[in-house]
Amino acid sequence: MLDTNQKQLVIAVLAVSGLAILSIFIGVSDVTPQTLFSNSEDGRALQVLLISRIPRTLAILLAGASMAVAGMIMQILARNHFVEPSTAGTVESAGLGLLVVTVLAPETTVIGKMLVASIFALLGTFLFLRVLRMIPLRSVLVVPLVGIMLGGVIGAITTFFAYRLDLLQSLNAWLTGSFAGILSGRYELLWISLGLMIIAYIAADRFTVAGMGQDFTTNLGLNYNRVMTLGLIIVSMVTAVVVVTVGMIPFLGLIVPNVVRQMQGDNIRRTTPWVMVIGAGFVLFCDIIGRVIRYPYEILSG
Amino acid sequence: MIEIKDVSKSYDKTVVVDGVSLKIPAGGITSIIGPNGAGKSTLLALISRLLPMNSGQVLVDGLNVTTTPGDALARKLSILRQDNHIGSRLTVHDLVTFGRYPYSKGRPTIEDLKHVRMALQYLNLESMSGRFLDELSGGQRQRAFVAMVLCQDTDYVLLDEPLNNLDMKHAAAMMKLLRRTADELGKTVVLVLHDVNFASCYSDYIVAMKDGKIAYRGNPSEIIRPDIMRGIYDMDIAVQDVDGKRIAIYYA
Repeated sequence: MLDTNQKQLVIAVLAVSGLAILSIFIGVSDVTPQTLFSNSEDGRALQVLLISRIPRTLAILLAGASMAVAGMIMQILARNHFVEPSTAGTVESAGLGLLVVTVLAPETTVIGKMLVASIFALLGTFLFLRVLRMIPLRSVLVVPLVGIMLGGVIGAITTFFAYRLDLLQSLNAWLTGSFAGILSGRYELLWISLGLMIIAYIAADRFTVAGMGQDFTTNLGLNYNRVMTLGLIIVSMVTAVVVVTVGMIPFLGLIVPNVVRQMQGDNIRRTTPWVMVIGAGFVLFCDIIGRVIRYPYEILSG
Repeated sequence: MIEIKDVSKSYDKTVVVDGVSLKIPAGGITSIIGPNGAGKSTLLALISRLLPMNSGQVLVDGLNVTTTPGDALARKLSILRQDNHIGSRLTVHDLVTFGRYPYSKGRPTIEDLKHVRMALQYLNLESMSGRFLDELSGGQRQRAFVAMVLCQDTDYVLLDEPLNNLDMKHAAAMMKLLRRTADELGKTVVLVLHDVNFASCYSDYIVAMKDGKIAYRGNPSEIIRPDIMRGIYDMDIAVQDVDGKRIAIYYA
C-alpha cells in the first residue's frame, strides 16, 4: 500500500509527465497527434518529434532534476541552506575549464570537454570548502557570500581570457542556460547525470548522516571525508555535464531543495525523489512559458 | 573496560590532555568532573576517536580505537557530544533509526525497528516520534539524541554533558534513566558532568580532571569531600550528608 507521501509523489510525477507531453507538442513546426498519425507529410512531424522535441524535453527533465539534486548535496557539504553550484564557484569553474579546453585542445570530444570541466568544477568547489574552513565565523549569510565572491573571481578570470581570445560570445552562449539548441545527438551526455542521481539516491542515508555533522557521522561508523568526497564528485560532474550541454541554470539548486526541505525535512532518502521531480517540473514549466510567451520566438531558460 | 594509556592532545602549543592514563571499569556509571577547560570533553572525544590523539593509545575491550574500523567500533561504543547540529529537519523517529545505521546500513530490518520502538519508549518520546527536531524544546531534543545513542545498542555509551538544556525534573529523570541503562541493560556509561551532585548521587566511579591531567579518582564518598573539592575547583565547598548521599554546597 502507498502511504500519503508516496501518493503525493505519484501525483507530482504524473503532473510533470503531463507537462512533458505538452512540451513535446509546443513549437514552431506543426506537431500534433493528428499530423503524427496522418502520414501526409512524409513523416516530417515524426522526425521533428524524434530529433528535436523529445530530446529537448528529456534534456530539460534530466538537467532540471540533476541540478536540483546537486544543489541539495551542495547544501549538505557546506552545511548551509543558501548555497548551490552557481553560488559556490562550481559553475564558474566548470566554465573556466570549458574555456581552457576549447582554447588549448579544440579538437577534444564532448566527453573530454565534460571531463575537463568536471575536474575544474571539482577543484573550484574544493577551493570553496577550503576557504570556508579558514573563516572562523561561519554565519549563515557569509557562506554564500564567500561562494559568490569566489565565483566572481573565477568568472572574471574566465571573462578576461575569453575577451583576450575573442571568445566572449561563445562563452556567453555556453553559460546561458538554453534548451533551444538541443537536438538528438547533442544531449545524450545528460544521461550521465541520471547515473549520478541514482548514485546520490543509493548513498542518500550517508548524506543525511553527514548533514548532521562530522562527530555524528564518525559515531555511526562512517568516514565523513569519504562521504564529502563522494558528494563533491557528484556535484562537480552534474554541474559540468549540465554546463557543457545546456549551460547554466542559476538558483534552481537553491530554490527546489529548500522548498522540499520545508515540506519533507532533511531525510535525503525521502527528499531526493521530490527534489528530482520538482526540479524537472520547474525547469520544464519555465521552458514552456519561455517558448509560448513570445511565440514563435523563445526566451532562454537561464 | 576502557584503557587509556598515556594519551596526550595539544592544539598548537596548548596542551589540553596531558599524558592521561586511566582504566574505566566495565559496567556502571563513571562520571568525569572538573573545572572548565580541564580537558574533560577532549578526553571523551579522544576515547571515541572523534579527535586524533598526539600520543598514547585507547583500548576499548582490547580494540585500539585509532586502528579499529569505524563501523566495527560504532557497534561497540557510542558518543553523544554537547553541540549537536540542530539545523537538520529530521523527525525524531528518523533520528533514532539512524542509531541503527552501524547494523542496518540504512536498510532497517524488523529487528532494527523493534530497537527503535524500545528506545523511543524508554525515553518517553513515542507521542512526538513524527515531529521534526527543530520543532522540539531543548530538553525534548536532548532526549531524542540520547534515544538515538541508546538505539545504537553499544556496550559503552559516552555522553558529553547530557544534562545540558534540561530542567531539574528532566535532568533527574535523565540520570535515573542512565542508572537504569547501566543496571538493567548492563551498559557502561561514561559521562562528563558539571554538577558534582549529580555525579555524587548517580555514579559508581568519579574521575576528576584538572589542567589536562587526572587529579583524583575514586567512588563518590572518596571524591565528594571538602579537601578534594578545594583541590579540583580552588574554592571552599561544604559537603553534607543528605539521606546517605554526599551533597556539595557550592552556591554560597
